[in-house]
Amino acid sequence: MTRQPRWLIGMVGMAALLVLPPFLRSYGLYLLSYWLVFVIATMGLNLTVGYAGQASLGHAAFLGIGAYSVAIVMKAGCSFWLGLPLSAVLCFVVGLGLGFPALRVQSIYLAFATLGFSVAALLVMRYEEWLTGGTSGINDVGRPSLFGLDLGGNLAYYYFVLAVAVVVAALLRGVLRSPWGKAFTALRDNPIRAESLGIDVRAYTLLSFAIGASCAGIAGALLASLVQFVDPTPFGLGVSFTMYLMVVVGGSGTFFGPALGAVVGVLLPEWLRFAQGWYLTAFGVAVIVLMLWLPGGLLSLPDRLKARAIAASRPRT
Amino acid sequence: MADFLQLFISGLATGSIYALAGLGFTLLWQTSGTINFAQGEFVMLPTFALLAFSAIGVPLPAAFALTCVLAVVVLGWGFKRGIADPLLRFGSMPVVVATLGLSIALRNGVRAGYSAEAHPFPSLFGDDVFRIGRVAVTSVDVGTLAAALVLVLATQAFLARTVTGRAMQAVAQDTTSAVVLGIDVPRMIFYTFAINAILACAAALLIAPTYLAKFDMGESLGTKAFFAAVIGGFNNSRGALLGGLVVGVCENLAAAYVSASYKDAVALAIFIVVILVRPQGLVGQRVERKV
Amino acid sequence: MTAPVLEVTGLVKSYGAIRAVDDVSFAVMPGEIFGVIGPNGSGKTTMFNSVLGQIKPSAGRIELDGRDITHLSPLQLSRRGVGRTFQSLQVFGRMTVRDNLIVAAQEHRGTMLGRMFAATDNGLGPKADALIDQFHLREVAHRRAGELSYGQQKLVDIAMAFMSDPDLVLLDEPCAGVNPVLVDDIARLLRDLNRVRRRSFVIIEHNVDFVQKLCHRIMVMVEGRAMAIGTPAEIRANKHVLDAYLGN
Repeated sequence: MTRQPRWLIGMVGMAALLVLPPFLRSYGLYLLSYWLVFVIATMGLNLTVGYAGQASLGHAAFLGIGAYSVAIVMKAGCSFWLGLPLSAVLCFVVGLGLGFPALRVQSIYLAFATLGFSVAALLVMRYEEWLTGGTSGINDVGRPSLFGLDLGGNLAYYYFVLAVAVVVAALLRGVLRSPWGKAFTALRDNPIRAESLGIDVRAYTLLSFAIGASCAGIAGALLASLVQFVDPTPFGLGVSFTMYLMVVVGGSGTFFGPALGAVVGVLLPEWLRFAQGWYLTAFGVAVIVLMLWLPGGLLSLPDRLKARAIAASRPRT
Repeated sequence: MADFLQLFISGLATGSIYALAGLGFTLLWQTSGTINFAQGEFVMLPTFALLAFSAIGVPLPAAFALTCVLAVVVLGWGFKRGIADPLLRFGSMPVVVATLGLSIALRNGVRAGYSAEAHPFPSLFGDDVFRIGRVAVTSVDVGTLAAALVLVLATQAFLARTVTGRAMQAVAQDTTSAVVLGIDVPRMIFYTFAINAILACAAALLIAPTYLAKFDMGESLGTKAFFAAVIGGFNNSRGALLGGLVVGVCENLAAAYVSASYKDAVALAIFIVVILVRPQGLVGQRVERKV
Repeated sequence: MTAPVLEVTGLVKSYGAIRAVDDVSFAVMPGEIFGVIGPNGSGKTTMFNSVLGQIKPSAGRIELDGRDITHLSPLQLSRRGVGRTFQSLQVFGRMTVRDNLIVAAQEHRGTMLGRMFAATDNGLGPKADALIDQFHLREVAHRRAGELSYGQQKLVDIAMAFMSDPDLVLLDEPCAGVNPVLVDDIARLLRDLNRVRRRSFVIIEHNVDFVQKLCHRIMVMVEGRAMAIGTPAEIRANKHVLDAYLGN
C-alpha cells in the first residue's frame, strides 16, 4: 500500500528533473549532473551491498576505472561511445575479480579487503604516470555527440546523464524483478539455506560485485566527460566511504534509496557551505544524527510513520 | 646490511604503534561487534589534547594523565553510549556509517577549530643516536618499540591473568554464555571501550613525535591497524602485535628496496594473501563455519 | 528387490578424538519414510549435515540412486533432487511467503542467463500456489515470512523443501516447537506428499509418537552409532532402545 505514494513521488521527482534544469545556473546544473552520476554509481553499490548483502568499501575505484578508461580512450583519438561500454565491461571484469575474496571471507574482512582494493587502485592512478598522467591527471576530456546532437553544452549533457540514469535504473529494476533479484536477496538473508535450495551462492556473489562495479564504471565514464578532467582526487578512499554511506543513509536494499542517499552525500555538503570551514564537520554530525534517528535509512521513514500511526490508533489497555 | 637493520628497527617501531591501535580495534569488535572507522581519529584527537595541555603549561606526564581521563570519558563512555549502544542492534551497517560520519566530523572539526598545519610534538625519548657497529639506532625508535611492547604485553596480561580480563574474554567469545555465568556484560564492554581509548592515547603519545600532529594523521592509521590485527590473527590478542610488527617492517623494507610509491599497498598485499591462504591469521585459531 | 534411493555406508565424522558419527550405515528405499530418533547429542544432525555435504565426512560412502555423492556440495545435491530442511527455522524473513516458495525452486529451471530475462516467478507461480493451498497458507501468502507465527513459518520452511519436486527429502525436526494440532497437520501433509510419487523421506524427530505413526522404518542413534534399525513395531519391542531412552 505504501507502494503507490512512493511511485507517485518518484514520478513527481522525475518531472521536476525534466522541467526545472533549464532555469538553473551552470553550477546548479553541474551539481545536479554530479548527483545523477552518483545515483548511477550507488544504484550499483546498492545491488552489491543492499540486495546481495556483501560488504564493499571500494566502490570509488570502479568510478575511477570508468573515468580513466574513457579519458584514455578519448585521448587515443577514439570515440566516447567506445569508451562508455568499455568502462562498463572493464569494471564488470574487475568487479568479478574483487568478488573472489567474498567467497572466502565475509563482513568486516570483506569490508577491509575491498577498502584495500580502493587504496591500491588509487596508488595505480597516482603513480602509473605513463597510463594515467599521475597527479596532474588527464586534461581536456571531451563530451560526446549523439546522432549529430551535440552534448557539449551543460544542459544537453545534463539531459544525457539523466537519460543514462533512467536506462540504468530500468535495467537494474529488470534484474531485480527477475529470479536473479530473489536469488540476491536469498544470498543476503541466509546463504546456507540458499545453497541448499540450489542457488549458486558463488556465482551470485561474484555477479553482485560485477554488476555493481559496472554501474560505477558507467558513472565514472559520465563523470570524466562532465568534469572534462580526470585526476586521482575524486576516487580516493573517502569517496568509497561516502558511496557506502549514501547507500545506507538512503535505505540499503530499497530501490529509490540511492537517489536520496546521493542527495545526502553530494548535495547536503553544498547546502552546508554556509558553515564555511565547519561544513564537513556539520556534514559528519548530520550523518551521525541521521543514523541515530533512522538506522534503516531515510526510506524507512514511511514504515516508521505507519507503525507509529498503527500504535496510536490502537486503544490503550 | 647496516641499512637493512636500521630499516628493520624503525619498521618495528612503526609497527608497534599499528599494534597498539589494532589491539583496541579488535577488542571493540570482539566484545561488542563495533567496527570503528574513526579509530585513526581516536589517535589524532588525544594528540591534540596533549598539545593543548602542553600549550597551557601542563607538564607532559600530567598532560598525558589528563588526556587519558578525558579520552576514557569521551572516546570510551561517550562513544559507547552515544553511537555504539543505540546502533548495534540494527546490525553493522549503521555503526559503520555513523563512525564514518564521526571520522569526517572529528578530522574536519580539528582542522577548522584548531589548525590545518602539522605541529611538531616533543619526543619522550630524546633524539640520541646510538651506534652499534655500523648500525645507527635512534632513541626514538628504541623507546617507541619498548613502550609499545610493554603496553601490548601488559594489556594481554590483564586479559589473561585478572578476573576482569578473563570476564572480558568470555564476553568476546560468547556473550550469551557470559550472561549465564553472571558476568556483567555491559560493564565488560565498557571496559573494552575504555581500554581502547587509553591505548589510543598511548599510540598518540608515541606516534606524534615522528609523524607530527596533524588533523588527517589518523587517515591511514586506522586501516593499517586493522590490517595488522587480521594478519596476526583476529581472535588472538598476540596477533595484533605480531601483525603490526610484520606490517611495519615490510612497509619500511618495501619502501626502500622495491618502490616508495607503493608503500601503502604493502599492508594490503599481505592482508590479501593472509585472508586467502590462512584466514585465521598467522597465530589465530581456526573457527569452523557454523551451520 | 528394488535398489535403494539413498545408501549410506560406514559414515564417520570425527572432531579430534570425538566421533560424533561413528560408522553409521543405512539404506532408504523408494517411497519410504525413514525416521531417525535418538537422544540430544547422539549425532543425528551431524549425520544429516555429512550426508548433505554441509560438512565433510571423515570416512564412509554415500550413494544416491547408486551413484557416489560423498563429496558433493549442498548446491550439487539440490540440483540432483535432494531437498532438505534445517533444525532451526530457515525462511527468508524479508520475502513474502509466495516468494519464499518460488525462490526455493527457481534455480532448477532454465539457465543462469535465461533466468535474468525470465518472468519474476520463473513460471513457478502455479506450483507455489498449489503448495500454498495444500499447506493452508493462502491467507498469509503475500505477507513477509518473518512476520508470521512460528508454526506458520515452520510450514513455509517445510513447503520450500518440496517446491523443486525432489525425489529425496531430509527433514531435521519438522515438529520442533510446534503445537500438537499442527504436529498432526504436518504428519498428514507429509503422508500426502509421500503418496504423490514414490518419493522418499528421512526425518529426524524427537516426537517419538509422530515418528512411530508416520515412518515405515526407524533408526535409533545413540552416541554416534546406529543402535537399531527396524519397523516401528520392532523398535517398540527392542529392549536396548527402551533402555537408552528410559533406562540409566
